Amino acid sequence: MKFAILVNEGPYTHQAADTAYQFTKAALENGHEIFRIFFYHSGVNNGTRFTRPPQDDRDLVQNWSSLAKDHNLDLVVCVAAAQRRGIIDKDEAQRHGKDCDNLADGFRISGLGQLIEASIQADRTMVFGD
Amino acid sequence: MSEEMYDEDEYQGEIKKLMYVNRKAPYGTIYALESLEVVLIGAAFDQDVSLVFMDDGVYQLKKGQDTKATEMKNFSPTYRALEMYDVEKLFVSKDSLEERGLKVDDLIVPVEILDADQMADLMEDQDVILSF
Repeated sequence: MKFAILVNEGPYTHQAADTAYQFTKAALENGHEIFRIFFYHSGVNNGTRFTRPPQDDRDLVQNWSSLAKDHNLDLVVCVAAAQRRGIIDKDEAQRHGKDCDNLADGFRISGLGQLIEASIQADRTMVFGD
Repeated sequence: MSEEMYDEDEYQGEIKKLMYVNRKAPYGTIYALESLEVVLIGAAFDQDVSLVFMDDGVYQLKKGQDTKATEMKNFSPTYRALEMYDVEKLFVSKDSLEERGLKVDDLIVPVEILDADQMADLMEDQDVILSF
C-alpha cells in the first residue's frame, strides 16, 4: 500500500511524532511504500537539527534523517508553519538575512500543496496528531 | 501567502472525497487557523471537499468573535469566504453544538447539522480525512 503521512506534533512534546516514526518504519519493513511524510503545525520541529536530547533518550530528529537516507524518503516541512516556528533552510536563511539555518538532513521545505498532492496520490493518508 | 502554484491539469480525472475535521477551539492553539490555511491551499486541487466541525471545533464558526484583548487575529470572516473557493459542504455535529448550548443561528455560515450516525456515514464515505 502507498501511504501519505501527516505529522502534526513536535518531538518530545507529544508522542504523536514517535508513533509516526514507528509506523513509518514498520510500514517500510512490511514492504509498503511511503509516498511522502508531511510535517505541519508544531510537527515542523521534527526537522530541526538543533535538538539535543539527553544521551539516554531517543534522538527522533536523527532517526528521521537516518530513515530518510536508508529508504530515500520524501520528508517535507511546511514552509508557512516552519517560518512561524523558526525552522529554516539555507535558501530561506539567506533570503531573510538569518545568520544560520537549522533544517536537518533528509528534510526539505515546501508548501501545503505537497500535503494535498500526497493525500490524492496515496492509497491511504495517516494523520498523527493530538 | 507564499505557496507555490500547482498545475491543475495534473490532477484532472482524479477527484477524491477529502474531508477536513476541525475539532479544536479557534483560539488557544493554532490548529484551527492552520487547518483553514490547508483548506484554502487545497481548494486549488479541485477535490470533493467537506469540512466538519465537531467538539470545540464548533466554536470556530461562532458569530461575533472579538479577539482584540488577546491580540490574536480574528480569522472567522475567512469561513464566509470559503464559498468563493468552492468549499460549500460544511457539516456540524449536532451533539457538539448542543453540548455547548449553541444553535445553528449562532453560526456565521450556513451549515448542515448531522447527528452521530449521519456523521459516521459521511466519514465512512471519504477517501481522505485530515483531522486537526
